Amino acid sequence: MIKSKSTKFGDWVIVFICILLIFICLVPMLNVLARSLSDTKYLIRNEVLLWPKGLNLDAYRTVLGNERYIHSLWYTALLTVGCTVLSLFMTVICAYPLTYDQLKGRKFLNGFILFTMYFSAGMIPHYVMLSNMGMLETVWVLIIPSCLSVYNMIIMRSSFYSVPESLREAAEIDGAGPIRILIQVYLPLSKPVLATLALFYAVGRWNGFSDALLYIKKNRELYPIQLYLYNILQNASSGEAAAQEGFAMPGLSETLKMASVMFATVPILLVYPWLQRYFVSGVTIGAVKG
Amino acid sequence: MSQVQQPSLSREIPRHHTNWKTYLRRYWTLYLLLAIPIAFFVIFRYFPMAYILMAFKKNNIIQPPWLVDWAKNSGFEWFIKAFKDKLFLRALENTIKLNLLDLVCGFPAPILMALILNELAFKRFKKFTQTVLYLPHFLSWIIISSLALRLLADNDGLVNILNKQMTGNPDAVIPFLSNPSWWVGSYIGLGIWKEAGWGTIIYLAALTSISPELYEAAAVDGAGRFRRIWHVTLPGLRPTIVVLLIMRLGYILGSEFDRPLALSNKLVTDVSTELSIYVYQKGINGGGQFSLTTAVGLFQSVVGVLFLFGANFLAKRFGERGIM
Repeated sequence: MIKSKSTKFGDWVIVFICILLIFICLVPMLNVLARSLSDTKYLIRNEVLLWPKGLNLDAYRTVLGNERYIHSLWYTALLTVGCTVLSLFMTVICAYPLTYDQLKGRKFLNGFILFTMYFSAGMIPHYVMLSNMGMLETVWVLIIPSCLSVYNMIIMRSSFYSVPESLREAAEIDGAGPIRILIQVYLPLSKPVLATLALFYAVGRWNGFSDALLYIKKNRELYPIQLYLYNILQNASSGEAAAQEGFAMPGLSETLKMASVMFATVPILLVYPWLQRYFVSGVTIGAVKG
Repeated sequence: MSQVQQPSLSREIPRHHTNWKTYLRRYWTLYLLLAIPIAFFVIFRYFPMAYILMAFKKNNIIQPPWLVDWAKNSGFEWFIKAFKDKLFLRALENTIKLNLLDLVCGFPAPILMALILNELAFKRFKKFTQTVLYLPHFLSWIIISSLALRLLADNDGLVNILNKQMTGNPDAVIPFLSNPSWWVGSYIGLGIWKEAGWGTIIYLAALTSISPELYEAAAVDGAGRFRRIWHVTLPGLRPTIVVLLIMRLGYILGSEFDRPLALSNKLVTDVSTELSIYVYQKGINGGGQFSLTTAVGLFQSVVGVLFLFGANFLAKRFGERGIM
């Protein structure tokens, strides 16, 4: 590389732009964090910007003492783990057989599955069908209809394709059946993509709320954390809504809302940076083959 | 090219068994595995398609749609009704408007960002920047709507607090979320805030496949930073851009649900109600208009598929790879 003075100056301009981007990304988070740690009286006076004023942890203590909120967090965590495990299982058993060139009917099955990515029946037909199946108002409606994503299946399939054919042949000569080959050869070699897809499925479930909003009306204990938050954030000014969500006070204080938001965000923020190396390759594979 | 043919021993074993019995004995487990996901697709993706029939039948969800009588106007009553409904037309307009704005402003954003990241000379700082830029993708729209409210609200939003302090005028308020036009801008901006960083991943990956020799040749020819970007980097990104653009065009009538639902508020429903929200309100959330909303959903799906194929066809016409 040839470097002149002007390119060095350009480098610093780029660094400056990146710092600006980082700042834009983080400001909303810092603002909410500062508000959640501040004293209400400074909030009302609009004095809290990016640094907490009158530092106190009362809001966090109140949120932790709210049984309904804690229940919602635990329930969503369990739901997320369950959904992720089931989805990974489904994705693997769907993608693996489709990597066999000699599988008869493979082309048709591929098309059969891909078609659902481009054409969907729509919200109401899904709703009416699930209603007829008696799945509304149950926890299953949050797990089963979304347990397999075609997009993620394509990523998995591409990853399986990248395993050298010779490994499979060697295992076949040793007398291993397809399932044994999957468990002993393919899965160990696909750990990075499995980690990526686990992250995608887990984030999807943790952040998802529209299915709960559509399919669950009465059983409030089945609300995942995001829908719970939606309810307190939308109606928080009324004391009734606050009481319904387990906060015994007229209206929700600002800091309390912010603390609730922080609790629902932190789990993901703790996880994703460690998986960055993996999901970057996962996204890339999906894009190439999609 | 070797002229001597290598005698291969293992290859003599025939790999493809034409004999059905041998084939099934060997691979039946694969079909067993596939049976579960295929059953999933049949039940939860294809079976609902039978309920599309509701769009052409009388409004009745107590009986399955194949037993219900046909709707008026040889079954097209609901489509006609929808296109006479002002609320539907507004939702359609909003959907197209917001999607077009997303396309024009949101599509180039990750490309621009990837170009900037690609020019970043410091490796570790680049990695850190990427980690931070991926963060918003992992937040739900509920969380983001809450962040946006604290940031942009009229009275106690961070931006307006600063605005008041700097101008010294307590009435200097920018109505980011309460004025319909400003709201549209906030909606698009928040979309970019959430997904632009994540979108760079694909472009950055595509950039790694550009040969460094091209950059060296450009440098020897005396090309500066901008000419390098224009003549080497961007052409290298073109196939990726086309594929993503096709996908995006197939989505022109698609409407997210979480995003408008979380970001909307009472003051801006005129511009914020997208088709998905219209369907939700008219159908599930008390409206009871199941046939009408099914018809709207079908219209959306069919137009989506047509756009996807059209864009794919055009891309191939212009010599790109396309997606199908």
